Amino acid sequence: MGAKKASPDLLNSSFSFKSLKLKTKQQELLLRVSILGLVYVLAFIARLFSVLRYESMIHEFDPYFNYRTTLFLTEKGFYEFWNWFDSESWYPLGRIIGGTLYPGLMVTAALIYWTLRFLRFFVHIREVCVLTAPFFASNTTIVAYFFGKEIWDTGAGLVAAALIAICPGYISRSVAGSYDNEAVAIFALLLTFYLFVKAVKTGSLSWALGSAFGYFYMVSAWGGYVFIINLVPLYVLVLLITGRYSMRLYVAYNCMYILGMLLAMQIRFVGFQHVQSGEHMGAMGVFLLMQVFYFLDWVKYQLNDTKLFQTFLRITVTSAILVGGIALGVGTASGYISPWTGRFYSLLDPTYAKDHIPIIASVSEHQPTAWSSFMFDYHILLFLFPAGLYFCFKRLSDATIFIVMYGLTSLYFAGVMVRLILVATPAVCLISAIAVSATVKNLTSLLRTKQKVPQTGSTKGVGSSKSSSKVTLDQSQPFQKNGAIALLVGVFYLLSRYAIHCTWVTSEAYSSPSIVLAARGAHGNRIIFDDYREAYYWLRQNTPTDAKVMSWWDYGYQITAMGNRTVIVDNNTWNNTHIATVGRAMSSYEDEAYDIMRSLDVNYVLVVFGGVTGYSSDDINKFLWMVRIGGGVYPVIKEPDYLVNGEFRVDKGASPKMLNCLMYKLCYYRFGELVTEYGKPTGYDRARGVEIGNKDIKLEHLEEAYTTSNWIVRIYRVKPPTNRL
Amino acid sequence: MMNLSRSVALISLFLLPLLSFSFSVDNPTDQRVLVLLDDLSLKSSHSIFFGSLKSRGFDLDFKLADDSKLALQRYGQFLYDGLIIFAPSTERFGGSLDSKSIADFVDSGRDLILSADTSASDLIRGIALECGVDFDEDSSAMVIDHSSFPLSDGDHTLIAADDLVKSDVILGKSKIEAPVLFRGVAHSLNPTNNLVLKVLSASPSAYSANPSSKLSSPPQLTGSAISLVSVMQARNNARVVISGSLQLFSDRLFRSAVQKAGSPNKYEKSGNEQFATELSKWVFHERGHLKAGSLVHHRVGETDEPAIYRIKDDLEFSVEILEWSGRSWEPYVADDVQVQFYMMSPYVLKTLSTDKKGMFHTSFKVPDVYGVFQFKVEYEKLGYTTLSLSKQIPVRPYRHNEYERFIPTAYPYYGACFTTMAGFFVFSFVYLYHK
Repeated sequence: MGAKKASPDLLNSSFSFKSLKLKTKQQELLLRVSILGLVYVLAFIARLFSVLRYESMIHEFDPYFNYRTTLFLTEKGFYEFWNWFDSESWYPLGRIIGGTLYPGLMVTAALIYWTLRFLRFFVHIREVCVLTAPFFASNTTIVAYFFGKEIWDTGAGLVAAALIAICPGYISRSVAGSYDNEAVAIFALLLTFYLFVKAVKTGSLSWALGSAFGYFYMVSAWGGYVFIINLVPLYVLVLLITGRYSMRLYVAYNCMYILGMLLAMQIRFVGFQHVQSGEHMGAMGVFLLMQVFYFLDWVKYQLNDTKLFQTFLRITVTSAILVGGIALGVGTASGYISPWTGRFYSLLDPTYAKDHIPIIASVSEHQPTAWSSFMFDYHILLFLFPAGLYFCFKRLSDATIFIVMYGLTSLYFAGVMVRLILVATPAVCLISAIAVSATVKNLTSLLRTKQKVPQTGSTKGVGSSKSSSKVTLDQSQPFQKNGAIALLVGVFYLLSRYAIHCTWVTSEAYSSPSIVLAARGAHGNRIIFDDYREAYYWLRQNTPTDAKVMSWWDYGYQITAMGNRTVIVDNNTWNNTHIATVGRAMSSYEDEAYDIMRSLDVNYVLVVFGGVTGYSSDDINKFLWMVRIGGGVYPVIKEPDYLVNGEFRVDKGASPKMLNCLMYKLCYYRFGELVTEYGKPTGYDRARGVEIGNKDIKLEHLEEAYTTSNWIVRIYRVKPPTNRL
Repeated sequence: MMNLSRSVALISLFLLPLLSFSFSVDNPTDQRVLVLLDDLSLKSSHSIFFGSLKSRGFDLDFKLADDSKLALQRYGQFLYDGLIIFAPSTERFGGSLDSKSIADFVDSGRDLILSADTSASDLIRGIALECGVDFDEDSSAMVIDHSSFPLSDGDHTLIAADDLVKSDVILGKSKIEAPVLFRGVAHSLNPTNNLVLKVLSASPSAYSANPSSKLSSPPQLTGSAISLVSVMQARNNARVVISGSLQLFSDRLFRSAVQKAGSPNKYEKSGNEQFATELSKWVFHERGHLKAGSLVHHRVGETDEPAIYRIKDDLEFSVEILEWSGRSWEPYVADDVQVQFYMMSPYVLKTLSTDKKGMFHTSFKVPDVYGVFQFKVEYEKLGYTTLSLSKQIPVRPYRHNEYERFIPTAYPYYGACFTTMAGFFVFSFVYLYHK
């Protein structure tokens, strides 16, 4: 929709320009502003499907934690938030919330909330949280416009804004209710890049300062800031190597790096990482290299003797590399500089996590991306991207080099991890926008040169060389006007397909809250499963306030936020041992698990089971990860014990350990009596399509406390030790 | 409002005698005891034992075990605080009583004396099994001892046992000098059950067999593995006595003189009366019953309990422990009560000192670890009720403004910082205005 709007309006502008020559500038400005305004609104409303279809609620898992902390922030104030020690999560270890989160998102939402209250709009904080992501998506479109304008021209900027407004790769993480760090982080990321490119272009300290603040906001919002602190030095390095070093670059990078680093240190979670962690060493190395470069430049200017300078250069470069190498080596060996983290390794080497860190590999959004999801998230942008790269290479500048590098690196990371498609999306949109804008401009200028041979107006300083080449084409191709019209129609057709695709994807795939499940019934009607909230509210209403709930870590944030009960592990997977203990309990026999649960003071156990509804992301399907993570710390848990010939099954052919482990018992307790599907035997598991292997399950140390209406969430009470034994 | 409160007061006035009559936390000693008998003649043949109970204020309700009106509870309320089953041969109880309702009775914190005898019924065995006691499977077997028998006995099935548990709490302060006469069936304890223990064990030379037939195979139960009388204190502090002999409580054995074979000491009276009386005092909570007040803790110099501690806080901890003397609550005096400051494992383990008035206290420093801790008092002492108290308290790290503002070791850095600033200022000034 947006793309369709943007491009015809561009056309309009060139048509209207003919009739009203005098007010061209104002007209163009008016059009540009109104298009941007429309895109701004469009980006917002395209993300509201879930609110209209379900209700204004927080989605997924992590957003519930963000919502809970935001609530705390607005109720207790910033200092309490900053020093918050949360005793409800990670029992009994607790979690220092203030020191282990990126506060940017919560502070942003709280500021919006306080501003609205100051303006006498008495909204609930939940509404603010739900709408933060669409609001920032709208702001991102504005940044994309300016960024596009910076690297190409206003036309490209408008197209970029329109493309990014509805690109599914971005919408997937910014629909209303998806109150996650990425919601504001993409805005901050693009803003930082834009300001940095602007700083490099102008060599102005104030733009560099702006980009340092943009970086600070990004650091406060998302761990993905590591991408900036590595991409920017890489870009600087490429400029140095290609001989594009200039004072402008020197000023921009030094100011941005030093101030950005000092500002980022103010975030407690980041702290001294900028000088102590291996991931940030590249930036520091480039910073030092830049000083050496500048120094050499100065020496060269002073010496005026090539030979002497050559010797000097050799000595300086060797000693600089030597000193740098020794410093890095000593720092790493003494432990002052921490090595790269597992997540970082797994980005560079996609197979790393699978072999070494099951807890990272177990998360579905950390899986390598399938081709289909590229197509799903980018649609025509996937084809426009190489075309845009071509245009960028044709008109190489500091800015286009930046966007090319951003595009290529982020696209590689997008291939490694599904969730990083998000980071690549702005680059893909910008580069594709260049392709669209340049093509449309060339074609329309062809049309116009046919009508008005002199070709005077409409220039934006760019077209001169191109229009002259087109003029030469003019003479060689007699049908070029028709060809241009056909191509234009083709472009608009593609863009309209893109708009339709984006709307469809947003509505069908990315607007489901995943806390409320929807399915199609036999007659095509929509069936809503609200079991999660049913279970969490049951916990809130019916259990003692200090009850401890054990579940797999996925549900930790939701239980603390909605159930208001203490959990053993949650989605902040900082302590692998603790998670492994839970994994071990779930994969042990009941009496062994009982000892573990007693040692953790567990009162309730919560499992998610999809056998009745056919909901496939339940605990049985996640079970092998529990075994792997548990086995990674406790070697008594062995994965082959749960498999039969390398196959994971739950029917009669399943391994005996599988049929009697705690997770199996809790999921399938009393399931053997139930007929789930007409014409199938009792105990037919619809999620896996088999009849279960152990229908006669008896629980000794636990008792069923609550099972939701569709059996999706089952809660068990841990009994106290028997009185007489 | 006035009316309401007055009526409530009136009602409670009427209820008060009723309430105080029943088992309560304030008065742990049992009041109403149901005695189930095989045969009402036991009432007279065991009259000394029953008499001692009556004289101590118990309200005994004698019923035949197959009385069709038997019930332990009515409308969800238990009618009795204690139960004595002297009906070893009963195959089925009358009324609503069965082994499950007796288990429920114990699980509700009430006490039980169960006596089996030779040819004990499956019902009695089943109840014993619920309490971790296995009677010899051979129903005609008896405990036989060819070395520890009273001289008056012929076939050595009456044995003179003197291997008593060493506990003043269970068996009273005055030592039982005379051997305890026992004729009955042997039992062993379930090894996985650590709540049950032997009070009266057989001598190493004892074994369990049918005295009237020749031994064809080695006996299953021999030596000191045989328990003659056992007690069990459940987790909710319900107490159970299980005896293999009903005769042990009888007037005849109470009164008989005893001289153990191979021993020069002759006693006018067996130890049975003292043993049974003291044991009944323990089982009906006249002795060895402790009660603890809530765990109290606060920072040194404060009195209110904080919601959260900070690491390295100094705190004071106290708990009040009282002992029931049979009539009133007296301060408990001991030097072995400990408190743990616990998070997955005890970080602090301190022995509490007592002021002899029932208050136990200590003070310590919170360890340099944050998390959700518990104050734990786990007091398990032979014979006494188990005290298991815990109270959760989170411990937080320092707040951002609780660290030291200036550290002496950092002065070089402060100096470096300010000299750089000054140097930069001077440099700029010189560079800009010096020509």
